Amino acid sequence: MFGARKFWWKLTAVLLLAYTVIGGLLFQVPRLSIVNETIRALYFHVPMWFGMVFLFSVSLVYSIRYLRNPLKGNDTIAVEFANTGLAYGLLGIFTGMIWANYTWGTPWHGDPKQNGAAIATLVYLAYFVLRGSLSNEEQKARISAVYNIFAFAAMIPLIFIIPRMTSSMHPGSGGNPGFNMYDLDSKMRMVFYPAVIGWILLGVWIATLRIRIRNVEEKILDLEDNV
Amino acid sequence: MYKAILLIILSLFSQVILAQEVEMADTMRSEGKIYVVVAILVLILAGLIGYLITIDKKVSNLEKRIPKK
Repeated sequence: MFGARKFWWKLTAVLLLAYTVIGGLLFQVPRLSIVNETIRALYFHVPMWFGMVFLFSVSLVYSIRYLRNPLKGNDTIAVEFANTGLAYGLLGIFTGMIWANYTWGTPWHGDPKQNGAAIATLVYLAYFVLRGSLSNEEQKARISAVYNIFAFAAMIPLIFIIPRMTSSMHPGSGGNPGFNMYDLDSKMRMVFYPAVIGWILLGVWIATLRIRIRNVEEKILDLEDNV
Repeated sequence: MYKAILLIILSLFSQVILAQEVEMADTMRSEGKIYVVVAILVLILAGLIGYLITIDKKVSNLEKRIPKK
C-alpha cells in the first residue's frame, strides 16, 4: 500500500504542500509583537525538524533490522533516510538562523535548542564520516548501524529534553513572551499539521528515490561482475 | 484612591490599544500584493515537484531496463 512506486501518497504530499504555501501566507495568524508576520515561518521551519526526526526514526528502524538480519537492502534504506534527514536538519538550522536574526537579534543566539540541534547535526555528520572511512562493505554496514542507534539516542535528549530543562527562547520551553499564544491558536494548527505531514511525505519521497537509484546501481554492478 | 482606579483603568485601556497596534502586513494584503508572493512560491513549489516527478519516472524506466534473474 505504501510502496515506493505508489502514486497516491506522493499526490497527498503535493496537495498538502500547496495548501501549506497558500494557507500559510493567506490565513489569519495571531497578531503578536516582535514576531509579527514572521510567525508564518512556523509552517516551514518547524516541519523541517518534524521531518528530520521522522526520517531519522525510519533510519534507526532499518539499522536495527540490519543488525538482526544483515541484508544489504536494510543498510541502503537506513543510509538514505539518514541522508535525507540530515538535509532536513541543515535546512532547519539555516531557516532558524534567518528567523532568529529578525526576532532574537542575532542569527546564532546560543539558545539551548539551537546548540542542541547543531550538535545533533554533527553527530549525524559523523555517521557519514564513519561510513566513508570503512572500505569493507559488511563492516561499514554493521558498524554504522550500531553508530546510528547511538546517534539517535544522542539526538533525542539534545533536541527534546535538554532545551526543556533550561530556559530556551523556543516556544514550549522557558519564557517566550512573543509566542505564548501559539500553543493555543487553532487557526494555525489548521495549516501547521497538514504542513508537517506534507513535508514528511516529501522527505520520504526523496529518500525512496535515492534508495531506488542506489538499488539500480547495485544491480548494474552485479551484472558487470557476472560478465 | 481615585487616582489608583484611574491608573488601573487607563493601563488596561492602553493594553487593549497596544494589542491592536501590532504591526502586520495589512497594507500589503489590502493592495493584493500578497498574491504575488503566493504565486511565486506556488510556482517554485510546482517546478520543484515537477522536477521530482521526472526524476521518479527516470528511475522507474531504469528499474524496468534491468533484467530480472
